[in-house]
Amino acid sequence: MSALPLVALVGNPNAGKSALFNALTGARQKLGNYPGVTVERKAGRLALSDGRPVELVDLPGTYSLDPGSPDEQVTRDVVMGKQAGEKRPDALVIVVDAANLDNHLRFALELLALGLPTIVALNMVDLATRDGLELDAAVLARELGVPVISTVAVRKRGLDHLRQELEGLLNGAPRAYPTGAAQDFDAVRKEAGRIARATIVRETPSRRLTAAVDRVALHPVFGLILLLGLLFVMFQAVYAWSEAPIAMIEGFAEAIANAVRTALPDGIFRSFLVDGIINGVGSVVVFLPQILILFFFILMLEATGYMVRAAFLMDGLMAKVGLSGRAFIPLLSSFACAIPGIMATRTIADPRDRLTTILIAPLMTCSARLPVYAVIIGAFIPARDVLPGVGLQGFVLFCLYLAGIVGAMLVAMLLRMTVTKGASGGFLMEMPKYQWPRPQDILLGLWQRAVIFLKRAGTIIFTSTVILWLLLSFPRVPDGDPTSQVDHSIAGRIASGLNVVLEPIGFNRDISLALIPAMAAREVAVSALATVYSIDAGDDEALLERSLGDRLKDQWPLPTALAFLAWFIFAPQCISTIAVTRRETNGWKWPLFMVGYLFALAYVAAGITYWTATALGLG
Amino acid sequence: MRLTDLPLRQPAYVDLIDWSVLTPSEGQRLREFGLCEGASVEALHHGGIFGKGPIACKIGRMTVAMRRNHAAAVTVRTGPEQEA
Ligand SMILES: Nc1nc2c(ncn2[C@@H]2O[C@H](COP(=O)(O)OP(=O)(O)OP(=O)(O)O)[C@@H](O)[C@H]2O)c(=O)[nH]1
Ligand SMILES: [Mg+2]
Repeated sequence: MSALPLVALVGNPNAGKSALFNALTGARQKLGNYPGVTVERKAGRLALSDGRPVELVDLPGTYSLDPGSPDEQVTRDVVMGKQAGEKRPDALVIVVDAANLDNHLRFALELLALGLPTIVALNMVDLATRDGLELDAAVLARELGVPVISTVAVRKRGLDHLRQELEGLLNGAPRAYPTGAAQDFDAVRKEAGRIARATIVRETPSRRLTAAVDRVALHPVFGLILLLGLLFVMFQAVYAWSEAPIAMIEGFAEAIANAVRTALPDGIFRSFLVDGIINGVGSVVVFLPQILILFFFILMLEATGYMVRAAFLMDGLMAKVGLSGRAFIPLLSSFACAIPGIMATRTIADPRDRLTTILIAPLMTCSARLPVYAVIIGAFIPARDVLPGVGLQGFVLFCLYLAGIVGAMLVAMLLRMTVTKGASGGFLMEMPKYQWPRPQDILLGLWQRAVIFLKRAGTIIFTSTVILWLLLSFPRVPDGDPTSQVDHSIAGRIASGLNVVLEPIGFNRDISLALIPAMAAREVAVSALATVYSIDAGDDEALLERSLGDRLKDQWPLPTALAFLAWFIFAPQCISTIAVTRRETNGWKWPLFMVGYLFALAYVAAGITYWTATALGLG
Repeated sequence: MRLTDLPLRQPAYVDLIDWSVLTPSEGQRLREFGLCEGASVEALHHGGIFGKGPIACKIGRMTVAMRRNHAAAVTVRTGPEQEA
């Protein structure tokens, strides 16, 4: 337990708590223009002007101290001092949205009644002004009996003032705060309404951007077309925009590999550098541009406020499979990675809805699968336009993502009829106003993703690839023995054993070899194949010149490649997802169930794809 | 008139809410959204291709999405404001 003064940021969802937290502590908590971005408590340090450090905690937003979902529970526990291993906050900073005062003040009054030293941050005054509201913070301060500071968290406005007041609050003599008697909900609401009316000096009707955009975005037909169109453009862009940067990285990696080949004598160490590191890890790093393009779109969807609109549009369909539109938000986030997606299910109130969503989250195509898809599509799908401006490769990628979504919906329906049977929760969600994202926020988000990806490449992908290289390189084939190094190696022998099971669905030994290390991270499937073919090529200059895609095209029949893609739609292997599922469901039962059903589906889907493609004579 | 029948973008007030068709947690969440007798409401958008989707409506200053079965529990009246 820390001895520092503890200050908690509390308030309604989407009030700007995390933005304020970042501005005050220099942290880089995720922001997003939809309720339920923050799902766990997060602590940071803030220095007062006398240098004294204060511990600031950012909390999930909630509408009252009566939690409706697991994330809101955390806020209640921290504020009430019930959080294990943490003292009760010494002070609160209540963040209220100036443009939604009546509503946010009701919760603020509920918090004030706790009697803790408090400051109110009247945030988003810029948006209130946009809506034609003019507010008087002094009136609000008088009515509430606590300091009120106008802030614009994302523009760092009002922060010095806030810090000053906080200092005064923590240094000053303890003063008595009115501990309100437990008040009736309606009485508090009326009081909040009265204070809000007193605070609003002027209200000029203004053009409402949000309502105008929503006429299209929420339209039953055009809205759906827009949503599908957005996803479609996203996948086209992943190919169309990435060609040049990928060629650059590839050229760079090749230059290094060649330099190493000329500089070092042939031997085990050179093989390690070239086959293992440059070709192995490099084969994954090449996909950085595509991953960043994907993230660019996801960040834009999150920052503009479109996420909730997507949830609104999808609610009808989600209801048919026994879920609610709310679940669509964690699922969309799972396009980035299933782990934050699974954590985001904490915002789902109904436990069965939540469990179902957790179980299907791995079916959403995470960005780690992108390199796998991209390598196979690049090798086997010709880069031509099916329609003017619509590339075939992007279209196939779109279909793979769609297959994941459709698969997830079908599985949800089955789960809802069996293991998570029961009435489903409803769909109740606040819809934020649209905001134009600030370029620096998007750039920062992309930068963070790039760092995460490169770290992954440098640690987990690197380690798995090195281990695989070792297992592929030993024992060495004796000189003069005609068997290949890969066949002779430990890894090759294990893979041959595994291949007995995977052969019926069209997988060759190299795929079996790639699937095991891909447990650590799915991208490793790509680096593993690169390493295998790099070692296989030995000294053959002609082979070394060929890219991984070309090698695959030479060696794999088309049905095998398609089966491999189908396998990765379900791709059960990812240890981190299993671990987070265990944590979020408190036990091994559900993660094991999840892995089991995913393996079964992956096997069947790959099998059907292979057999159908073979029957159609595509081999 | 029920909220589901309220013409789009016509300002109205909540007359009556049938809390009995809502689960306690749904009722609470709607209350927290500011839904109460006398609150101003405005239906903004009906979702769903077949008219079965959720409804987006304004409660006070807040825009909220809810399913039709919940919106049907809310009776509204148009006309001059009365004490909230
Ligand atoms: N215009 C404007 N936007 C803001 C301000 N503060 C925050 N935002 C934006 O509002 C959105 C919500 O901000 P967050 O900080 O994520 O809100 P939160 O209170 O942490 O939300 P939850 O974690 O979901 O409870 C983000 O898109 C921010 O960029 C502000 O003062 N003015
Ligand atoms: Mg937050």
